[in-house]
Formats: sequence, C-alpha cells, structure tokens
Amino acid sequence: MNPPPARIALLGPRQARPNVDEALSALDATGRVALVTAGWQEWEDDEDRVRALVGDRGANLRLYGRAERVWSADPELAAAHHELQERVRALRRAYNVRLARTMEAWIELERLDGDSAVMDSERGDAMDAVRALDRHHEERLRDLRQGFYDRYDPLMRGAVVREREEIRRILGGVAAVVVAGGHVAVLLNRLRLFGMDELFAGKSVVACAGGAMVLGSRVVLFHDSPPWGPGHAEVGEYGLGLYPSVIPFPDGSARLRLDDPGRVGRMARRFAPADCVVLDEGTRLVFRDGAWRADAALRLDASGGIRAWADAS
Amino acid sequence: MRWIPDAESAALPDPDVSGLAIARLLDGPPPSEEDVRAFLGQGEFPLLEGNRCTFAFLGPADEVRLRHWVYGLPTSEPLHRIDGTSLWWYVLDIPDGSRIEYKLEVRRGNEVEWIRDPLNSREARDPFGANSVACGPGYEAPPWTKVDPAVPAGTLEDRVFQSRALGVRELTIYRPPRFKESRRYPLLLVHDGGDYVRYAALEPVLDNLIHRLEIPELVAVLTHPPDRMEQYRASEAHGRYLAEELVPQLERDLPLLGTPEGRCLMGASLGAVASFATAVQYPGMFGRLLLQSGSFAFSDIGGHGRGPVFDPIADFVNQFRRNPSRVSSKVFMSCGTYESLIYENRSLVPLLERTGMDVRFVEARDGHNWENWRDRLREGLSWLFPGPLWLVYD
Repeated sequence: MNPPPARIALLGPRQARPNVDEALSALDATGRVALVTAGWQEWEDDEDRVRALVGDRGANLRLYGRAERVWSADPELAAAHHELQERVRALRRAYNVRLARTMEAWIELERLDGDSAVMDSERGDAMDAVRALDRHHEERLRDLRQGFYDRYDPLMRGAVVREREEIRRILGGVAAVVVAGGHVAVLLNRLRLFGMDELFAGKSVVACAGGAMVLGSRVVLFHDSPPWGPGHAEVGEYGLGLYPSVIPFPDGSARLRLDDPGRVGRMARRFAPADCVVLDEGTRLVFRDGAWRADAALRLDASGGIRAWADAS
Repeated sequence: MRWIPDAESAALPDPDVSGLAIARLLDGPPPSEEDVRAFLGQGEFPLLEGNRCTFAFLGPADEVRLRHWVYGLPTSEPLHRIDGTSLWWYVLDIPDGSRIEYKLEVRRGNEVEWIRDPLNSREARDPFGANSVACGPGYEAPPWTKVDPAVPAGTLEDRVFQSRALGVRELTIYRPPRFKESRRYPLLLVHDGGDYVRYAALEPVLDNLIHRLEIPELVAVLTHPPDRMEQYRASEAHGRYLAEELVPQLERDLPLLGTPEGRCLMGASLGAVASFATAVQYPGMFGRLLLQSGSFAFSDIGGHGRGPVFDPIADFVNQFRRNPSRVSSKVFMSCGTYESLIYENRSLVPLLERTGMDVRFVEARDGHNWENWRDRLREGLSWLFPGPLWLVYD
C-alpha cells in the first residue's frame, strides 16, 4: 500500500455539498479544496455539478482534460496507453469467461445437498478457486501496467511533468481533496497517469462513490441484477491503495440483492479479509488515526446477513 | 334460474363462470338495467378476476364476436347475450403477464364492423390503426418505455439519402443526449424506424436506457422503407443499399465505431428478415443483430403454407438452413408465444447456435405487435450493447 493520506472519508452516491462539508469537517479540513471530477469524463467541468458538490470552495484539478492534453502532446505515450487499455480489455474478457464458470461451480456446490463431511471441503475448494482467479487477474493487471510503466515511465515524460507541476501547485494551496465518482476506469487511469497517490500524501481526502472505490486496494465492479442477465461481481482493477481493509459498494442497497443471504455471504467470504461495506446515500466511513469510524455504514457478513458497522466491529 | 345459451352458442361448451362477477347476472331472474349498470361500473373492462378475463359489450347487435390474433385459439369467438338485455359477454382464461390485442366484431343485420372495445381505455396503436388491449395478471408497461421529463432526450434529424440500389430513401438519425463529435458511437440500424418511434416508443426507450447506463450512448439510424413488402423479403438490392452505400456513408459522416461489434441491424417481422438477410449477404460486417418476431418462413418438406408473398423469404431461409454459417457474433431474438411465427423463430435458434454465434432467445406471452417488440428492447439492446452501468458509480 502507498503512504496513505492523513485522513480519508468515503461517501456514498449522489452527494451534495452538505454531506461533503460534513465529511470535510469530520476530517478537520477547512478552507479551499481541490476537486477531481475525471470520472465525469468530458463533462468534468460541469459547473452545476461542481457547485452542487463543493460550492465555490473547490479548485478543479481537471485531470481528464489534462490527460487529453498529454495525449495530444505525446502521441507515443497516447498510443502506448491505448494499447495497454486494449490489453486490459482482452484480459478482462478472459477473466470474465473463467469467472462465470468458476462462480457457477461454487454456487452450484452450495446448492447441492450431500454429506457435509464431503461437501464442505468441496465448497471451500470451489470458493478458493474463485479467490485464486481474482488474485491471478489482479496480478496480471499489475504485470501489464508495470510493463507499461517500465517502458514508458509516464511520470518522467515532459507533457506529464508539466501538468503534474501545475497539479502540485494547486494542491499546495489546499488542505483537502474531494474525489467525485463516475466512470471508475477513466478516473483511475487519470489518477495513475499523474501519480496522484503520491501527490495526495498528507492531504485529507473525501471520496464519493466511484471515487471511494478507486482509492482502495481493490476495485470490485458489481451489480446483482443488470438488465442483460445475472451478474457476478468482478475484480475490475487494483486501486491506489490509499486506505486499508475495506471494499466499498456504493449504492449497494440498490445494486446488490441484500435480501439474498447466499449472495451476500459469498461476497463477504470471497473478498475476506477485506470488509465489504455498503456505501449508500448518507453513509460516511472515516479513516483517521489508523482506525475506521462509520456513520450508517453496513457490512456484508460471511453468514449472509447485513450488519451495522459498529455491531460488527 | 341458470341462463340458457341461445341457439348458436348452445353448440359451445357452457363456459365455467363460477365465482366471477358475470355469474351474478346469469344466475337468477333476468337482470335489470340497474343490475347491468352495476356490473359494468365495477371496474376497468375487460374485467380481470384472477386469470379469468370477462369481455363485455353493451348495445344493440345481432352478433358480437371477439377478434384477436392469438395463435392456438379460434381467431373469432362469439360473445353471449344475456336474454332480455343488450349485454354481451365472453370469458377467456388469460395467463399471468399476458398481453392480448383485440377488436370486437359487431354485426347488425348485414352490416359488420370491427371496433375497439368501448368499455376499455387501453389501446395499442399500429400502422393499421389501433387495437384494444387485455392484460393478464402482472403485466405492466415497463417504466423505461415512458417519457420521463427528468431524463435528457436525444435528438432526431431527418435526412434524404440517394441510393444507387434503391433510389431516394428517407432516414432519421437519432443522436444521444450529450452527443459529441469527439466520441465514437455504436450504430443501431433500425428497419421500419418510423414505426418503432410511433408505436414502440423507441425514442424514450433509448433515452431511458442510456440515462440508466444500461446501454451505451449510441447513434440509431431509422429507415423508412417506401415498399417494405418488396424490399424486406431478403432483397439483395436492399442488402447492397445498407452494406455498400448507407453504412459507409454514415461512417464517413458521423463519429461511429465502424467495427462489426459496433454495428447492429434491428427489425421486427419482415424487418427482422431484412436484417438477417443483410447479415447473411455481408457476413462479418454486422456483429450484432436484434431480430424480433422474424417472418422466417421455411419448409422442410412441401410448401411453407404462408402464401406466395413469403416465397422469396422461404427460399432464403431454406438456403440458410441447408448451409448455415456464422454471419454475426451476437444475435438477440424475441417472439411472442401467441404468434404463429413462434415455430419458425424457435426453429432458427438452435441452427444459429450451432454456427458458433452467441444467441439469446426470449419469448413473451404476447402477439405479433409493436408493444411486444417495445417491451423486449431493454433486454435485447442491453445484452447486445451492455452499457457502462458496471463501471459508473455516481
């Protein structure tokens, strides 16, 4: 894990200024804040949304627009990044083919009756296969990205250095950063391109929904009922690793079938020892002084239930 | 006293009406006008009680018949008149989730007219007018088919295209909300596009599914054929128009992905035939197909039994059945179980699967109509083009 920021607050979806202000207060952060809205993509400058989030106290780092400038100024890096993304997509396709079969086997064994002296160990083995596949996928993603960094070293390239200096200058004038949600792959790529994990060091960070996902160690993509059929949560990426031991599930009450103990229990066991935390609207999870504190957060339990964070701690 | 059927309906089995509201009028003395008014005033007609649906008609007539297009049932069923009244009734078992479009045929002397049910406000429009609609328990029009003022709307632009193969063609281009020239979009080519807009709510469906992130932002090109009965019957000229003229021009004019996975042909009935035939004529060019209630007539032995209009289609489908090949990557098919075409559509599915295409086939308790096709769009479009729902967390 990278050196963590001083303090971090994770919020759920559809955040508005009062929630963000309260979170900043919980981190003792005052004054102006820097803002990351790269997950909104071409619409990262949407003034109405920015104002709704932080009022007039925010300086938008415009990481999406900066990345576009980098691609224009450094076509070699742009092409290499494009190629990396194609490989990541191909890897994801392969992972999903394997994940579907491995998950189905685990689910089927959980349904199957039989001598528990035999079946318990088979079920455990099926779960281990899913966990091993998740680890494998994460390692392959790290390998792919490391290959890209070793060869192109983005942080040393002129176009990136110039943008990064400006980002560093803006961050020098603020005590906290607010990372909005949106498209997590786009957001994470921009945070990585500019080495934001290092630049966040010592800052308080408030991260909303997708923003909360990408700052953790593992980015788990999920929806139990997408319209195109049953969905298995997938390890989408490894994150910036700015906080420990929690995998956030923004809007989890809407996107997960929390009334299905089988699904809930499998999710909790699959990603243990990390805690799977439902980040609904109004939820706040704060990490400071080396410990988590929660406001209205729910945790998925290995037994298939849902527990309030405080109950489970 | 039990109601005694008239001479004609006496030939039919006495319908079981036990437990239904209509039974109270049939048992006992002939109902008064007040009884009839009370019966009709108890709710929306046809009156649904569990899975039993009572159709009613009030008015002078010599004969009233229920006309529907449910394959497997007689297409014309007589309503019974209650003696001493002008109230006609008929009870139909209707399964959960069903939708049935129908009209009433009313005969007075030698005059016969087909009318929409005056007691039923639920109607479905189509190019031939409108039908009344009866729904089984649990059917609701999906919320994503309705205009939501809070959802940003795409735009429509009419264009004229000069085709070497087919002459002047009219098109409408749907651009998604927040359209940007700097992006690259999938292309959805919609046969009978105007009908999809008018009768299958295509605009709000696309707006809503995009807003929900269930499909990506996409460009839809709606074609308006001047002579679909000719050009949609596996016409090679029509295939040339799409694949060699229209799509290349669209990919020059609009920011489209321009890959097979980014091109989808879509259509219903003959439009599904036109879509599939074009994909067969240009294998590999269209990676996505959305085929609804395709008129895929074929014959294993003898004729196809659907009349000469279907001859070119049967020739095409028979030829494909003899030599099936992988012409696309993903194919979504849907068909109503109340359509006669369910046989042809079910027959095509294993054939397509054997070629290695990824096929999803969905059946619904509905008929050959636009609202059936509308109601399947979410599943079809989101399966062919999954949206960023999985990746966006706001």
